Amino acid sequence: MKTLLTTVAALALLTGHAQAKVLTVTPGGDAQEKLQTALLDAKPGDTVSIAAGRYELTDGLSLDVAGVTVKGAGPGATILSFKGQKSSGEGFLITSNKVTVRDLAVEDSKGDGIKSKGVDQISFVNLRVEWTGGPKSTNGAYGVYPVSSTNVLIDKVTVHGASDAGIYVGQSKNIVVRNSTAEFNVAGIEIENSMNADVHDNLATHNAGGILVFDLPNLPQMGGHSTRVFNNRVVQNDTKNFAKKGAIVGDVPTGTGVMVMANRDIHVFGNEIDQNQTAAVMVVSYTQNYDDLTYNPLPRDIAVHDNRIGKNGWAPQFPGGEVIANAIGGSIPPIVWDGVTNFTPKGMSAPVAVKVHFTDGPVANLHFAAPGNVFSAKPEVKPSIDDGAIAEPKPVVLPKAQAGL
Amino acid sequence: MRRVFAALGAVLAIGAAPAPSPLPGGVALKALLSSAPAPTLADYRLFTDAGADHPNAGLTPYALNTPLFSDYADKTRFLYLPPGTHAAYRPKGALDLPVGATLIKTFAYPADFRRPGEKVRKIETRLLIHRRAGWAALTYVWNDDQTQAMLKRAGKRLDVSYIDAQGQTRQIDYHVPNQNQCKECHSLSGRIAPIGVKARNLNGDFAYAEGAENQLAHWTRTGLLTGAPPPGKAPRTAVWDSPTEPIEARGRAYLDGNCGHCHNPKGMASNTGLYLDLEEARPARIGIGKRPVAAGKGSGDLETDLVPGQPDASIIAFRMASTEPGVMMPELGRSVTHNEGLALVRAYIAKMDRR
Repeated sequence: MKTLLTTVAALALLTGHAQAKVLTVTPGGDAQEKLQTALLDAKPGDTVSIAAGRYELTDGLSLDVAGVTVKGAGPGATILSFKGQKSSGEGFLITSNKVTVRDLAVEDSKGDGIKSKGVDQISFVNLRVEWTGGPKSTNGAYGVYPVSSTNVLIDKVTVHGASDAGIYVGQSKNIVVRNSTAEFNVAGIEIENSMNADVHDNLATHNAGGILVFDLPNLPQMGGHSTRVFNNRVVQNDTKNFAKKGAIVGDVPTGTGVMVMANRDIHVFGNEIDQNQTAAVMVVSYTQNYDDLTYNPLPRDIAVHDNRIGKNGWAPQFPGGEVIANAIGGSIPPIVWDGVTNFTPKGMSAPVAVKVHFTDGPVANLHFAAPGNVFSAKPEVKPSIDDGAIAEPKPVVLPKAQAGL
Repeated sequence: MRRVFAALGAVLAIGAAPAPSPLPGGVALKALLSSAPAPTLADYRLFTDAGADHPNAGLTPYALNTPLFSDYADKTRFLYLPPGTHAAYRPKGALDLPVGATLIKTFAYPADFRRPGEKVRKIETRLLIHRRAGWAALTYVWNDDQTQAMLKRAGKRLDVSYIDAQGQTRQIDYHVPNQNQCKECHSLSGRIAPIGVKARNLNGDFAYAEGAENQLAHWTRTGLLTGAPPPGKAPRTAVWDSPTEPIEARGRAYLDGNCGHCHNPKGMASNTGLYLDLEEARPARIGIGKRPVAAGKGSGDLETDLVPGQPDASIIAFRMASTEPGVMMPELGRSVTHNEGLALVRAYIAKMDRR
């Protein structure tokens, strides 16, 4: 009895909630009603425990209670299937703070897999999000999709078949993506319009592009910066880009290892990058038209160093790639940079300084006159391009409760 | 006790007439304000009859110039204000409504839209209640006998069949939203908020029992609303299906009413940067020349949200036409295409000057 009381007290201390309880959902009956009711009934500190089994959902699920853990019996055991989904833009939507979703699978959602919008301290742990028919343009866009969120943890997550990015973090701050696998998606892992992200110890393989760090115009949060991409395996990204047009990842050439578009202070190091037919690392400007005076389309303060770069770039899939490859010896070197440096923001008298530290050479500087201006290319290959050391962003530190997950 | 007798007397006075039995007393404000939702709609006594055809004292019917499309359901709306309270005018956003204010909306289908008042099947009655802690969204689903509406928190699907205005039989896989989904649309910066009761969308005539009158003027005259200018000086949302109004105003009104609740800087779709509420004026923000961000397959192989002069090249029109989850817009609240709304938005885009 004493032990029991101690355990309860410890639990209460841990959760900061006196009556934290576990709401258990089991398979059978109306899965939609049972699961959604538990997600509505949960109070802060509670756990919604979803027993092993298959749950056939007809609509999206959603959670709007802070401090709730949604836990399955493992990504191979608790399966939320959205094959028969009739509404909602995602399988599971989270709109409350301090939520952890772990140990379950989301399959065949019609739109995105699991999304969080506008929340703080969101954790996705030990999940599988999969479109079971393999890569298709009719699959949902994103597998795991935190957006406009702060303190984001994505750990031990596998995403398979997303028609945009498998793991996509958009317009967020303070982000860790680690120990995860993204395969057979258009983009494996994408960090977009975000600040302070550590992307490490992941595997990105058999996507069209492995790991992307993008900054796009005309969005509420722009000026993405300070992302470290390190100790990942970015190998054999060889699935033909199957995105619908319009999506920005539709422009990612098949066989891209790591791609940085716009942004500043992006550091790519310690990765294994091998068997990507277009290039190991591409650093490019945003090339489309936009109507946004506050946006800077150029990548600047970018460091690429100490990666283990294997065979890449033997058949580049970007427009003009073959011509450029032929002009510089038949293949694309490990790092290719569009070389655009002459962007002067409205109201400023001189271009913004662009600094690069590319030491995993050789490096191709395409010397584009302007973003995307392939015809102005004057490709030049150098052993390295190094404007000197660029200070590395500090490691991302998540709040204690999250770091301990 | 006295009240019970009075009620009994009222029943006896009606005698054998097949009128519904009246519920005693006024609106149960205490039940509205309670943090625990009542199990049935009748518990609030918003209506004097079990079938919710007769509003209780304190309820005012209203209509919107341009409402949200909801799978062709007919919607009747009431505003309840507690005794002695009033709404305060705001030129932008929803009116400032006092604690206790409740917005009541019933979704129903007549068996045959050519005979709109007959054989009406009520599906659900949604309440938006201004409690002390903020707004709460609840929905009550009607039973087959149409005698009782029960609280439904987790959502529900219902088969609905009706004959449309052209005489065609139509089937709807009607979706009652779950409680969180109510908030997905009714959300401003993460808190529940009313959508429809904006001065601009109320600025039109309503056919009251005593004759038609502008709603802002009527509410002001009857003490429900303070601070409103004369209707001619207040903003006004165009009536989306009024052929006498300019197509641009009607197109923007339709997008405001059907998209702007999420697609605004404080709504669920704030991250898209596509803002379709009437308060937005920047061309790129209303979609002109704007590329999609998180549309995925929803782009439909198109590259721009809105291409002036080219509805077929505009993602907005593509997603309005779709009925596929993950592609269709809005994401919630419809399962069929609103053909008339789509035709309007396509005409609005087609008429814009090409750039």
